[in-house]
Amino acid sequence: MPGQAAELVFDAATKVYGDGAPAVDQLSLTVAAGEICVLVGPSGGGKTTALKLVNRLIELTSGDIRIEGRSIKDLDVTELRRGIGYVIQQVGLFPHLTIEANIGTVPRLFGRDRGWIRRRSQELLELVGLDPSYAGRYPSQLSGGERQRVGLARALAADPPLMLMDEPFGAIDPIVRARLQDEFLRLQREVRKTVVFVTHDIDEAIKVGDRIAILRRGGRLAQYDTPETILKQPADEFVADFVGADRALKAMALHTLAELELRPAANGVRARRTTTLRDALSLLIAEQAEVLTVTDDDGRVLGSVAKDDLLR
Amino acid sequence: MSVLAAAPVIPNFGQGSACERSTGWFCTDWLDAHWGDTLQPALIQHVELSLIAIGCGFAISFALALLGYRYRLLDVPLGVLSDFLYTIPSLALFQLLVPITGLTVTTVEIALVSYTLLILYRNIVEGLRGVPPDVLEAARGMGFTRTQTFVRVELPLAVPTIVAGLRIATVSTISIATVAALVLPKGLGHPIFIALQQNIFKTEILAAGGLAVALSLFADALLAFTQHLLTPWSRLRA
Repeated sequence: MPGQAAELVFDAATKVYGDGAPAVDQLSLTVAAGEICVLVGPSGGGKTTALKLVNRLIELTSGDIRIEGRSIKDLDVTELRRGIGYVIQQVGLFPHLTIEANIGTVPRLFGRDRGWIRRRSQELLELVGLDPSYAGRYPSQLSGGERQRVGLARALAADPPLMLMDEPFGAIDPIVRARLQDEFLRLQREVRKTVVFVTHDIDEAIKVGDRIAILRRGGRLAQYDTPETILKQPADEFVADFVGADRALKAMALHTLAELELRPAANGVRARRTTTLRDALSLLIAEQAEVLTVTDDDGRVLGSVAKDDLLR
Repeated sequence: MSVLAAAPVIPNFGQGSACERSTGWFCTDWLDAHWGDTLQPALIQHVELSLIAIGCGFAISFALALLGYRYRLLDVPLGVLSDFLYTIPSLALFQLLVPITGLTVTTVEIALVSYTLLILYRNIVEGLRGVPPDVLEAARGMGFTRTQTFVRVELPLAVPTIVAGLRIATVSTISIATVAALVLPKGLGHPIFIALQQNIFKTEILAAGGLAVALSLFADALLAFTQHLLTPWSRLRA
């Protein structure tokens, strides 16, 4: 049985359909164990194709992909897939099985018994924020957001070292999506899997990714770096364009007031230390103020920051 | 009593009740007298004929549907074949088969099985095709083998459509099986034929016909109930 997290390496991975142009072209990148790598790009960028190359739902034309140093081509395809958590946008829960049986799908393939699956599904339901009483329900009785939580629980059930997530929150309304993203990040801090996450939404990529791989049309890698570097030093015009004209503001959203060196307390608009720099700047503009009074979560004053401190 | 029981012909105008002699609409005394020697055996034969036809029809349709589902190229010719068999009038089909297989149960079963193929083949294929693509992708992505996908995902999800086909096939087989009496003195069609030949004895026609209808309704309800038990998930809507 799997466990922990695995390093994933794309080594000149290429997929060509027929004699056409490549869908994924010489993709080379390394995802460190326990990191979330987000594949993002315009449609036709080959992000989903790149993802499916990993569990061989699509076979490589040339190049290689290695998990913990082992080429996926040397592994039995069903064994490979059972060792990888797979989450898709439409979830794909089995409508004829209870939530518990859905979560227990892969453990059952590994020969786990009923008791083990029962305990594991209770544990996972709690982990993804659902009441354990959901175990006996059927997928049609759940909302879209709840189903995707179950999808996540199912992918985690056999404790795989690698997770592939194909636009997992793409079909969910914005408010629930934001909450699922937050909970996914909390979950990831607990389970520390290596994750490849596909999205077309740059904001989701910035929020979720430890590193972001931006693919351009034709499946070529445009830039692979941390969200901060991509926002502050886009490799070229395509990347700058893709991340958006507000990239400076997006970069500010990556940090909070708590990370700044505070000045002595001064009278100003009050903001909590957990406020992002972007929201702090917005607050100053809205209030036409120059100074923010920074407080802790209980409202105690910690110090202050000036507008220039935010922009530095 | 013993004289009545030995009476060879039904209805017996010489010995029957007043109702029978005047061929009234429905003579309950005839029913009492001939349940044991006429209706009950005919009903049992009818159930046998129908069960064999549906069983064989299902087995053949299932095998063909697997081929048609796996190899799309075969789907069209198989569909056309089962369509074609269904379009032959049952009366004609029975007569066409007699020179080949004679006045036998085989003749009747070949004809009855032919009529189940269209409905069962179509419904099994449609049931399998109706499995949502995201469910299949999830199964594949989680490492199901082809056989596991079929047995654990495709087949269970096709059950409602397959049972729907079985219900229609069963009702139509029970109905068509009455025509089998043209070939064979068996089933509920037989007493109807006899009654038609002998001055149209309404009681016997109504009794045998009514039994055929009741049998259909019962079989249909039984299948519906079985599906209810087999697929608890299909009744749920969020």
